Amino acid sequence: MAAAFGRYHTAVVRGIPDSVRYDALIQAEQRDYVDVEKARQEHAAYVQALRDLGLKIVELPGAEDLPDCPFVEDCAVVCNGTALVTRPGHSSRRGEVHAVKKVLEEDLGLEVVHMVEDEATMDGGDVLFTGKEFFVGLSNRTNEAGARILAETFPDYSVTTVPIARGLHLKCFCTMAAPDVMAVGEGPEAQRAWQEIRARGDHKYAVLNIPDDGAANCMFVNGTIMHCAADEFPKSAKTFTSARLEYPRVQVPNKELAKVDGSLTCLSLLI
Amino acid sequence: MPSEEGANEVNQQDAVPAENKTEVKTSPVKKTKPVKMQLCRVLLLDGTEYEVELDKKAKGQQLFDMICDHLNLLEKDYFGITYRDPQDQKYWLDPLKEIRKQIKDLEEKENVIIPPGGPWVFGFNVKFYPPDPAQLQEDITRYQLSLQIRDDILKGRLPCSFVTHALLGSYIVQSELGDYDPEEHSADYLSEFKFAPNQTKELEEKVMELHKTHKGQTPAEAELHYLENAKKLAMYGVDLHHAKVRQDEKDDSEGVEIMLGVCANGLLIYRDRLRINRFAWPKILKISFKRSNFYIKIRPGEFEQFESTIGFKLPNHRAAKRLWKVCVEHHTFFRLVSPEPPPKSKILFLGSKFRYSGRTQHQTRQISALIDRPAPNFERTLSKRFSSKSMDAAPGYAPYREQNRPDLSKLPPDMSASADAVGAGKLPYADDVPPQGDESQGEKDAEQQRRQKNIHEMKMEFLSQTPQPAPGGWDARTPPKTLSQQKEEKEEHEVAAAVQETVPPVAEPEVNGTETHAAPPEPAAPEELTNKVDDDDEIPNVENAVVDELESQEPPTVEVKTETVKYVASDEAQPEFTSSVPIVKTESKTITYEQNEDGEPDQDPGVLVSAQTVTSETISTTTTTHITKTVKGGVAETRIEKRIVITGDTDIDHDQYMKKDGTLETHMERTTVLTGDSNQDEALADLIKEAADQNPDMTVTKVVVHKEEGEQQVTTNGTGEDD
Repeated sequence: MAAAFGRYHTAVVRGIPDSVRYDALIQAEQRDYVDVEKARQEHAAYVQALRDLGLKIVELPGAEDLPDCPFVEDCAVVCNGTALVTRPGHSSRRGEVHAVKKVLEEDLGLEVVHMVEDEATMDGGDVLFTGKEFFVGLSNRTNEAGARILAETFPDYSVTTVPIARGLHLKCFCTMAAPDVMAVGEGPEAQRAWQEIRARGDHKYAVLNIPDDGAANCMFVNGTIMHCAADEFPKSAKTFTSARLEYPRVQVPNKELAKVDGSLTCLSLLI
Repeated sequence: MPSEEGANEVNQQDAVPAENKTEVKTSPVKKTKPVKMQLCRVLLLDGTEYEVELDKKAKGQQLFDMICDHLNLLEKDYFGITYRDPQDQKYWLDPLKEIRKQIKDLEEKENVIIPPGGPWVFGFNVKFYPPDPAQLQEDITRYQLSLQIRDDILKGRLPCSFVTHALLGSYIVQSELGDYDPEEHSADYLSEFKFAPNQTKELEEKVMELHKTHKGQTPAEAELHYLENAKKLAMYGVDLHHAKVRQDEKDDSEGVEIMLGVCANGLLIYRDRLRINRFAWPKILKISFKRSNFYIKIRPGEFEQFESTIGFKLPNHRAAKRLWKVCVEHHTFFRLVSPEPPPKSKILFLGSKFRYSGRTQHQTRQISALIDRPAPNFERTLSKRFSSKSMDAAPGYAPYREQNRPDLSKLPPDMSASADAVGAGKLPYADDVPPQGDESQGEKDAEQQRRQKNIHEMKMEFLSQTPQPAPGGWDARTPPKTLSQQKEEKEEHEVAAAVQETVPPVAEPEVNGTETHAAPPEPAAPEELTNKVDDDDEIPNVENAVVDELESQEPPTVEVKTETVKYVASDEAQPEFTSSVPIVKTESKTITYEQNEDGEPDQDPGVLVSAQTVTSETISTTTTTHITKTVKGGVAETRIEKRIVITGDTDIDHDQYMKKDGTLETHMERTTVLTGDSNQDEALADLIKEAADQNPDMTVTKVVVHKEEGEQQVTTNGTGEDD
């Protein structure tokens, strides 16, 4: 329980199906078509980055009937040896959890709790664990019933809900950059969420304001900050590289899957 | 055995902890007849029972002190005596009041059944969970705290994950059994332990696995690790109360079921397991209760203009009051440097005068830092109660003598950054006292007694210091209490106005240096009304106005601390009080000036020099503050009057108020007179009238002008007015 924040030994990832190009869910009105080959290259670089940081990689095969399956983060919330397998908010994604649940339970030996309640929905992308407490974004994909199940599953920590009016997930624009440091986008929705977190959270966090909301999705893994690439978000990347934090930084490309609202944290489950 | 009530002196040489040592300042009882004794049975945290006979009239403090002596506990302020009813509802025993009366109260009000003639049965529990147990001075205190937490976990009050149950359990085992020894510890050596409400074999196996990793830890170290982990749990130190959120103003509306949690940092609100809101103490301006409703007034947020008031519906009036008391106590203990003195006599003081009467955490830390005794020897034997095996300690594990405090440098840094720590800063630690192994036992005992006596004396000295009067002795001139009862209907507690809060404003560090998101700094509370010296019960002499403090006083603002007092403005009630107090009448909206206090008919009114009125409102109260300066007969006087009117329904357990059609109008008034110069000229009557018009429920009372001695000449250019 007293593990330091951000220390992981394994990452679960999932391959990219061809169907991501046409069928993955998007928020935008116009579809910007994913170059699947390029997406796979970027994904490989992402996985390699995790490997370089000492993680063992468990890779699930992509499934053509589940175009959003690379975004495994939404399928579970893992903390202190327990995994809460979610009921994704969008019905088309419900099927993604089965393979994930299997590997968590059988291969990784985690204590698995499955969210089965009919009214409860949750995308893991709405769940922000700071190391000290949970914040759950109440969005189109995650509701209070789901948040309640999370609170019951992880009784050690307080679970505070944060209403999300615009945007997909809480973590689209708000993630942990380092222990007690939150990266928050500068857009209004992000800043509103940050105010909520500040006001209603149990603990205090430093804030790293990131010019582009999408770039505020970063990862703190085994002492290193993984963040957006400079050619995708020049201003934000600079903010990361010049931030006064003691940890090394690594840039990770994610241009293709960003077209279908995929960001860095979406692509893995860290254990 | 002669009663020792009131007879014990502070520096009684032969007083040994086991005797009935009491710090209660009671007047000596005339020993003409034997005092009735009552058997008390206290269930201690380690499961044992402590029985003692007390004077039937004993106050809570006496029993409490005896228990702490029995436990050899010096850092007592975190603990208290409880009574638990069959529904596991907890009632804290007030140390200042007679136990007997409180029990009677419980029987009547809460339908608690106490078997007649039987022993009084209580619990001894942690009242204030220290956010940082490492800062407790003594291991024995930590031991008692950990016992409480163990019970909290087993009773389900402190939910934990499996992993946490195992980790905490492993520290318990380490502290009780010592290092894991495969030869001594068989496969089911843990079966006698209880780690979780639903214990599985799997859990025991995990505990054993972790137990092995704690090799070398002393019991005190293991206990400290236990507490360091327990303190991080979301529900650590949270006192929960069921409530409903009022959906709208109608009292009968169905509300959403919630839980209100009171803790060191403030008030937490839960719906099911979700934290839906949180109000840190600095954000709360006022807490009050009225009938079965509990209200908090919240400071406006960064982007808001006005304060907001949130109401909660409690199951009944007593629950609301209990919640209110718990808030007052927690706020006082954790946030203030010293407790607020209870409001002293006003006329017709009918609201709750309840204030936390013990020491604050700040004070107890200061006192505890002076503790200078070798760590008391004690055995950790809780788990053994569950076993049918022999009670002997496992061979190879011997009780040991500890240093005064653990080596804190070995511990992981404290991770919780959430506590708004009272800025007590670094505590001066007592020097380590090496064990005096070569002295004889008798000398050691004497030494022990002397030390304890010294500590006791220091404590008494510390406690006898009164807080410095804050500028603005608002209550210094209030009339004496003429009512002996304190029937409570509602009470307000102005939380933010506590002057001596020492928490500094906190700003969040900005990592990229371009912007700051500083947390709003806590406002400097208006100085005038809190922690003032209020130490006379005698009739205040008009002439002895505490003048200087009020000279520079600014008119109170809405943040000023207010007292709500219930008062029946009935003619019957009045004559009792008019002799000493300005008259308060509800007859009409008339303003008159009177010369003297005793309600004689109007005489030549003074010349009104200036007047100011400030009005503030809450859901149920209107507070009007008038400051008037008048000149009469060459004497300049300024009078500050504060009037609070509350309208509301009575509650059935009120038995002394006059009811007007089932509603009650209450007034409270405090007046202070001072001298001062003023060239302003305002129509007091107009102001009051205006305020009265705005608030139809408000009743205007008479304004009384006092004569002052030892005054100054004042130039006047105002005109007096009477309505």
